[in-house]
Amino acid sequence: MTRFWQFHGGIKLNGNKNLSSEQPIAKANLPQFLILPLLQHIGVPAEPVVKVGDKVLKGQIIAHCQANDCHLKMSVPLHASSSGTVVAIEPHSVPHPSGLKANCIVIETDGRDEWVECNSITDYTTISPMTLRQHIAMAGIVGLGGAGFPAHMKLKSAGIDTLIINGAECEPYITCDDRLMREYPDDIVTGAQIFRHILGGTQHCIIAVEDNKPAAYSALLQSAQGRVSVVKVPTLYPTGGEKQLIHVLTGQEIGKAQLPADFGIVVHNIETTRAVYRAVKAGRPLISRVVTVTGNGIEQPQNLEVLLGTPIQVIIDQCGRKPDIEQLIMGGPMMGFTLPHDQLPIIKTTNCLIISSTPTLATQQTAMPCIRCGACAQVCPVNLLPQQLYWYTKAKDFKMAKNYHLFDCIECGCCAYVCPSYLPLVDYYRYAKAEIRANEQERQKANLARNRHEFRTFRLAREKAEKLARHQSAAAASQPDKKIIIEAALERVKAKKTHPDSEEKPILEESLL
Amino acid sequence: MNLPTHAPHIHSPTHIGQIMNNVMLALIPATVLGFWLYGWPAINLWLVCVLAALATEALSLHLRGLTVRPTLLDGSAMLTAWLLALSLPPWAPWWIAVIGTIFAILVGKQVFGGLGQNVFNPAMIARVVLLISFPVEMTTWITPITLGSEQAPHFLEGLAITFGSSGTTFDAVTSASLLGHVKVELNRGVDLQAALTGYFIPHDAVWGWHSGSLGETSAVLLFLGGLVLIVKRIITWHIPVAMLIGVLLPAGLMHALNPSHYLGLVPHLLHGGLMLGAFFIATDPVTSPNTAIGQWIFGLGCGLLTYIIRTWGNYPEGVAFAVLIMNATTPVIDHYLRPRIYGRNHKGEALLP
Repeated sequence: MTRFWQFHGGIKLNGNKNLSSEQPIAKANLPQFLILPLLQHIGVPAEPVVKVGDKVLKGQIIAHCQANDCHLKMSVPLHASSSGTVVAIEPHSVPHPSGLKANCIVIETDGRDEWVECNSITDYTTISPMTLRQHIAMAGIVGLGGAGFPAHMKLKSAGIDTLIINGAECEPYITCDDRLMREYPDDIVTGAQIFRHILGGTQHCIIAVEDNKPAAYSALLQSAQGRVSVVKVPTLYPTGGEKQLIHVLTGQEIGKAQLPADFGIVVHNIETTRAVYRAVKAGRPLISRVVTVTGNGIEQPQNLEVLLGTPIQVIIDQCGRKPDIEQLIMGGPMMGFTLPHDQLPIIKTTNCLIISSTPTLATQQTAMPCIRCGACAQVCPVNLLPQQLYWYTKAKDFKMAKNYHLFDCIECGCCAYVCPSYLPLVDYYRYAKAEIRANEQERQKANLARNRHEFRTFRLAREKAEKLARHQSAAAASQPDKKIIIEAALERVKAKKTHPDSEEKPILEESLL
Repeated sequence: MNLPTHAPHIHSPTHIGQIMNNVMLALIPATVLGFWLYGWPAINLWLVCVLAALATEALSLHLRGLTVRPTLLDGSAMLTAWLLALSLPPWAPWWIAVIGTIFAILVGKQVFGGLGQNVFNPAMIARVVLLISFPVEMTTWITPITLGSEQAPHFLEGLAITFGSSGTTFDAVTSASLLGHVKVELNRGVDLQAALTGYFIPHDAVWGWHSGSLGETSAVLLFLGGLVLIVKRIITWHIPVAMLIGVLLPAGLMHALNPSHYLGLVPHLLHGGLMLGAFFIATDPVTSPNTAIGQWIFGLGCGLLTYIIRTWGNYPEGVAFAVLIMNATTPVIDHYLRPRIYGRNHKGEALLP
């Protein structure tokens, strides 16, 4: 594989990766409390299976995805990251752009860090793909690159011929995958082979690394020994985007509303691969992850292996908190979001924390009018027309925004990065998307209400008609009786005529009328 | 602590002001040459344009209830004035500059809603309005008399030329521009070769040593300025190349068919506002299409219309009209020519496995 394709646009960014890239992965301190949200991925939250006061061991399942058919669901179980006591199951602030609270299990650690019994698999090649998928699902593994798509859901498709392990790590500052590739290349190569086994032995298995990480590339190359191909791809943001990386490596574009699997391609992240390796070889569920802790708000930027649920505050303290922290970003500087405070837990999708003592450049400039310079369209990796989307969103013409394929936007932020007017373009698109979704819901609600109303009108009319029909049929049924009465009366009249009785006559005539 | 801000949290260092400044920097060589060729009156005219533009911009921003400072300092008003000044006859009186600039900023830009909202290029609107309203002042060209030479007006004389009454009696040599001269001579039935004799000297034309607008005469300097903009990625090459082709292709064809009646490639390229128009006017991002193919169509249209107006129209020069007409087509071009989106075909339908 020597040829690369190029997606449209993209930008070259100053990586700032050397802040943390030369520090070996260290272990984060054991915190006093672990806060574990029941939902840390795309899909359905897990259901608690422990009560307040329960003692739990490290790696024990504390919340389950209902029954044992996890591998069929968009959900994974949650494990205790350390041994201790469950002290609360309650809503707690979680790291999410909405800033809303979500249900969490809070564990007070006992300091012993005592493991539950682990169920390891020595020779995975003898195990059926189905069982392995179940095993991976039960280990709580989700995509650790940031999106958090349950890993087992990307391991069930038949007809996959290309497996890609995504080591592009294109966002600035983030170095956790770089360090993992350098320090645990064997784990990653074996993990890739496990994936390959589960997918029925894909024809291609590629580990792709951006060429700004030469050390990671050579480490992987040495470990791979030709078992999987390791390739260097050009450094260009957002090469690490799933669809962008597929395009670079295969030239294949994935249609909107299609999955890479539909095109015979599956992509997994570096750290996910390593988590799968650990789940299979050591039987260890996902209870920790490597987080890049960086920025100028701490003394020592580094990569830490952090127990899930560890409060961010503990991490910042360990890295040497500076007094003048202005901003806290979770994720990379291009697509991450700001956190309101540091009393939030590290979750499965936290790949990076940027602790900044200066406000970001983007906030220092006031937004100016769009001059239609088209710089945004030149860098858009999806080849959209960001300026048109902006104008339509600004004019609240959401129909036109949709017409210009607003929903194809991957929110990579390239357009806003280059915009000479400093317009927060991605925010405009998120707003438009939310408005369109809300309108859609409104419309569905209105449709439902209208249908209900129409049905009610119809039902009332039907009931009225039925009532009328009933009355008529009742009337019709009583008709023969009348005839009998009349005939009987006539009989009586006749009888009277034959036996005249002057007093009764007028009354009889009246009744006949 | 912890300001909630939007992603992306980093930004490239470019901003609008920088773009405008770069365009103005690229204009400096041609402008300075214009000052040198036409002396103090040209400098005065340029200054009047810039000051009038800033004053009009500030006033309109104030009337619209906006904060004046950031928009005034973004350089857009100054650039508009600068481009207008370059397209005026260098010894035009001050009121031409003031009326033109006010029209450009007020009617050309602010009435539409300010920066980024205008449909037409403001400087070209002003130039056309001036040309139609004041044909005499707008077609009075002078032969270059370099700044500091004996015949050139000194500072005070320069002030008198720009700000004096219309009947200033400075002893300057007025002459028609080449395109104007050719048009008049051809209309009189004079042969093209005879008309060009002594009028068209390619070497002088290349460097701008001929009568014409303040900053339009030096094809070489404008071309170099444009090249800088392309290298710095402030404009793309599509519109300039397409516009030049749009003029040169029909010019070459017609000249080959009838050399005694149709001007050749070189005079078309070196005279009039073609270079300024192709690199600095038609490339205005606000009023030109966004996609490469759209820019090709736009540029070709600008070029063709320029040639048609120059050759068969009533005016000797057609760049301003051509650009304005093509400006009007920009929304249509942008509507119909959209790039193919990732994962979709040209019709916008999603690709299937």
